[in-house]
Amino acid sequence: MKPWVVIRPRDTISFRLDRRVPPILLILALLTFAAMLMNVGYGEYTIPPLDVLKTLGGIETDQGYSLVVNTLRLPRVLVALLVGMGLATSGAILQGLTRNPLADPGIIGVTAGASLAAVTLIVLFPAIALFTLPFAAFGGALVVTVLIYWLAWNQGSSPMRLILIGIGITSIATALTTVLVTFGEINNVSQALIWLTGSVYGRSWHHVWSLLPWLAVFLPLAFVLCRDLNALNLGDDVAQGLGSHVEQKRTLLLLISVALAAASVATAGSIGFVGLIAPHLARQLVGPTHEGLLPTAALTGGMIVVSADLLAKMLFAPIELPCGIVTAIIGAPYFLYLLYQNRNQ
Amino acid sequence: MNADKTPSNLTTRKLTLAYDGACVISELNLAIPAGQITVLVGANGCGKSTLLRGLARLLKPHSGTVYLDGKSIFKLSTKEVAKHLGILPQGPVAPEGLTVRELVAQGRYPHQGWLQQWSPEDERLTNQALITTDMIDLANRPLENLSGGQRQRAWIAMALAQDTQILLLDEPTTFLDLAHQIEVLDLLYDLNQSQGRTIIMVLHDLNQACRYADYLVAIAAGRIVASGKPDEVMTEEMIRQLFMLECRIVKDPVAGTPMCIPVGRKKSQLKQVETQR
Repeated sequence: MKPWVVIRPRDTISFRLDRRVPPILLILALLTFAAMLMNVGYGEYTIPPLDVLKTLGGIETDQGYSLVVNTLRLPRVLVALLVGMGLATSGAILQGLTRNPLADPGIIGVTAGASLAAVTLIVLFPAIALFTLPFAAFGGALVVTVLIYWLAWNQGSSPMRLILIGIGITSIATALTTVLVTFGEINNVSQALIWLTGSVYGRSWHHVWSLLPWLAVFLPLAFVLCRDLNALNLGDDVAQGLGSHVEQKRTLLLLISVALAAASVATAGSIGFVGLIAPHLARQLVGPTHEGLLPTAALTGGMIVVSADLLAKMLFAPIELPCGIVTAIIGAPYFLYLLYQNRNQ
Repeated sequence: MNADKTPSNLTTRKLTLAYDGACVISELNLAIPAGQITVLVGANGCGKSTLLRGLARLLKPHSGTVYLDGKSIFKLSTKEVAKHLGILPQGPVAPEGLTVRELVAQGRYPHQGWLQQWSPEDERLTNQALITTDMIDLANRPLENLSGGQRQRAWIAMALAQDTQILLLDEPTTFLDLAHQIEVLDLLYDLNQSQGRTIIMVLHDLNQACRYADYLVAIAAGRIVASGKPDEVMTEEMIRQLFMLECRIVKDPVAGTPMCIPVGRKKSQLKQVETQR
């Protein structure tokens, strides 16, 4: 049996994917879609999946669900999907770059930097418009990442130093965020606190439209750099020997990873562990080659956040939990399990 | 494969390599004979691995340069260099779950582009590299499930798929048991003989170096102290200079190449046993 699916539409164009990738992507897409339907259908009054489908397709049902489905629930689920895709891809890139299966946007400071910037904005300048939040978060994440990169630099960037310094800087950024939360004005702080836990509650079409461009730009860009990510995953010397511009490509990939995580964090707060678990599950499904791994991780991440949000709505209904709590409850033990598995390496 | 290509020439002129300002290789002139096996030997920390990294443009020289067919290796695009020169660093680590075939396929990197990611040529050379290294039956196994020798063969297969005239290897036999050491060295010898590839490697074992090298380069304190055929380079005087070790040189009973027998303090155990009787 051939291990690869090869696409060669012309002599000068050719692509290769692991044989497992197309069926797995299809299954994941179906599962994600089902989870989205259930999520949209579930709520204060439940809408049957068929009616959700009809409403989405623009067919009016007798009850007239259009407002609930299209205006209230659909954007929230779309935000969950996009945020999951962004965080998962960001994590997959970071894990490839650092050659560490435990790397995660939350661990190397990206999330902390984005959170600090966003909380600063919410607490100190509450009047500022929503769409500036992703930019502020991106700025914060970028500053923190550049700081980490610069501190870790010693004749090249070592993945290990990157992680250790990342953990240190993360603590500092988290501490500063806590200071803001402690001394800020109470109304703004409570806003910031909800945001910090990571939730897609009450997200509207504005949120979808301010997040979507980031993914539309950076996901394809990440895909274009897959082969360089593969090379870097073999170690700097091998990558350089193969003719990859190691430092240049690593910087570019790191920027993509930061942008994806920052935009996601800006929209839904820090939904933890998605960037860790999704790439890991995806690697079990399709192996470590990034042409297949990135899309698989993205879909897995989207599915995780959509399902986590559904669970968060159902568990203590009618009270809704932030979905960040659900991902943390599932993610933390998984992280410990991974640590335990990696203890000998 | 590469057998018909004209051999590429690799030379250095006044090459000085330094780590953190500390000079490791100083003003070194070296011409690697094309189509032959060159082995770099010397004591720990003499700069032989650093020199190999320098030759493979992994380390920017402090001054001087490396020439590939007369052109400075740092003025050529790194991808262009990668089509002529492949390097296998010491003890490379593959990500978990990567299969042999996936690893070998990544050797095709310098021949690919954004749109041309898997040409029939890529497929052909990947398969050929798997066959040459006798890895085709293990192609779908993840690397972590292989023995040390098989894993090293997989990495060599990746370097072969890169389809370069020159192949540099940094201690390709470390961490392997004796049988696997010979297996890897024989494979490299075959590649040199049947495909005319230029092979440059660092080896720790002097006797293996003498047996497999056409051209031996002895390095001490960042300078070449001797170079030439193993017969000419391997003398008792030279070993004393390289390793500060007293030794005898005898003829390898199998290959006829020089063989180094260290003297050391513990000797003539036979005599001791005899006198005790």
